[in-house]
Amino acid sequence: MTTTTARTRIMRSPALRVFEHHLLVYRRTYRGSLFTSFLSPVLFLAAMGLGLGTLVDANNPQGVQGIAYLVFLAPGLLAATAMQTAAFESTYPIMAGMVWMKTFDAMVTTPIEPRNVVFGQLFWAATRLTLVCSVFLLVMFGFGAATFPSALPALPFAVLTGLAFAAPIQAFAATQKNDTVFNAIFRFGITPLFIFSGTFFPIEQLPSFLQPIAWVTPLFHGVALTRGAALGTLEATTTLIHLGVLLAFVVAGVFASFVTFRRRLVR
Amino acid sequence: MPGVPTETSPPLIHARGLTKRFGDFTAVDGIDFDVAPGEAFGFLGPNGAGKTSTMRMIGCVSPRTGGTLDVLGMDPNNDGPAIRARLGVIPQQDTLDTELTVQENLWIYARYFDLSYKVAKERTTELLEFVQLQDRAKAEVEPLSGGMKRRLTIARGLINEPDLLLLDEPTTGLDPQARHLLWDRLYRLKQRGVTLVLTTHYMDEAEQLCDRLVVMDKAKIVAEGSPRELIEQHATKEVLELRFPVGVQETLDGQLDGLADRIEQLPDRMLLYTADGDATVVAVHERGLTPESVLVRRSTLEDVFLRLTGRTLIE
Repeated sequence: MTTTTARTRIMRSPALRVFEHHLLVYRRTYRGSLFTSFLSPVLFLAAMGLGLGTLVDANNPQGVQGIAYLVFLAPGLLAATAMQTAAFESTYPIMAGMVWMKTFDAMVTTPIEPRNVVFGQLFWAATRLTLVCSVFLLVMFGFGAATFPSALPALPFAVLTGLAFAAPIQAFAATQKNDTVFNAIFRFGITPLFIFSGTFFPIEQLPSFLQPIAWVTPLFHGVALTRGAALGTLEATTTLIHLGVLLAFVVAGVFASFVTFRRRLVR
Repeated sequence: MPGVPTETSPPLIHARGLTKRFGDFTAVDGIDFDVAPGEAFGFLGPNGAGKTSTMRMIGCVSPRTGGTLDVLGMDPNNDGPAIRARLGVIPQQDTLDTELTVQENLWIYARYFDLSYKVAKERTTELLEFVQLQDRAKAEVEPLSGGMKRRLTIARGLINEPDLLLLDEPTTGLDPQARHLLWDRLYRLKQRGVTLVLTTHYMDEAEQLCDRLVVMDKAKIVAEGSPRELIEQHATKEVLELRFPVGVQETLDGQLDGLADRIEQLPDRMLLYTADGDATVVAVHERGLTPESVLVRRSTLEDVFLRLTGRTLIE
């Protein structure tokens, strides 16, 4: 009985209606979007993994951390792709909802509350992340960059990595009146993280004073988790620390979003 | 008798001392009003008078700073979602989703009210017919004209069969033909018993649609009544408009004094408030004055507003 009512309550959640709005829009754009999420890993793994990897492996008979460069790189790229997808989904669509089309303003004139919009957006981001990362994993299997099915646990970790970016970034995006600062986020936030968070090389290669900085960025923890899961080398303690950091980013981002979305939509 | 709340029909909206402040700025300054079921109630006033802030408080998307507010028997502070479930909101600025088609805009809005897809589709068909957009069901939203977008927004506001429809400047920016079509649709809704609350800075709109209205200026209500009552109380039966050749108006210097109950000087013309316009025209000529053009008309809410605030509605 209780499960039925609980289920009914979730099915009737206004946040799901916000999610449905995205589904309705996606219905018209999914082909192009899926094609892009397929093409991007193919290009990256071909260029970086096979092209660059051949050079790296030729100079490193032991490989990077004992494995071929492609196998080292691919799970890191998976986490980084989750970050980029999340950053995109939580910047421009928020601007559209708050300023360009004011779809969020339309939502809150119905029984939907700002916090429902927050959860609906995140639920959609999680869905997009699952789609994009699944395609990425499939391509990894195709390139022999990971083994099926043992690398599958990397998927939920990659999605969580994305959410650790989506929640705080959408909270920030909701404070903006236009999109000028988004470029700066990508250029000075997302891109350096992409390069220096252990995606392309272990952070031990960085000067020692930079390493603690990597420790406080979510991507470092995300890369560690996806790589560990893909290679089957996760250890309980470090896994819990990495998970804790990512979850902290998600929770902090959700609470910050409650405040910034409400301030913007109800005034 | 519309507009007079009785014991059998408690007001749909009841506000006392309703106040909204943004920092040091007072947008709404302690206003009192009641809206009875089935009536068309208007807020008339210039831009910045506090009309939109009042509408947003009624629509439960703006918490009040002070006073009491009761909408559909509930308090917006506690029951926002329950109240909004029974409201239809037509915002001043269209908030249509240009990534969706005309019908998809209505479907998803119905879903926000938790209606099933079956009901959503039925009502969409009905409402598109009502606002005469049935041919555009599958069209993109962006290329629609301003009037069509407005009608679509009204259809969207009706999707949950609201008890109370809030319209913020429903026809601002539309051409005359589009406005008349919209007024006709709103009039039909009124006939069906839907309670309308609207803001406008067009006096003709207020006269066309409102059973009762309040005039707002600088965050306060300065008058209340039916359009006819307001005109009777605050203006004369007729108005004589005189235009003089360029430069002459400034040299009149009291030559019109005593010809009318009240005289207003606008930048381009003089308004003489009088019971008999034609008789006043004769009196003007008898004084040897030769205005370039002469117009006798009935008083309107514009004149009421001018009288109450010393300013015109649209400048």
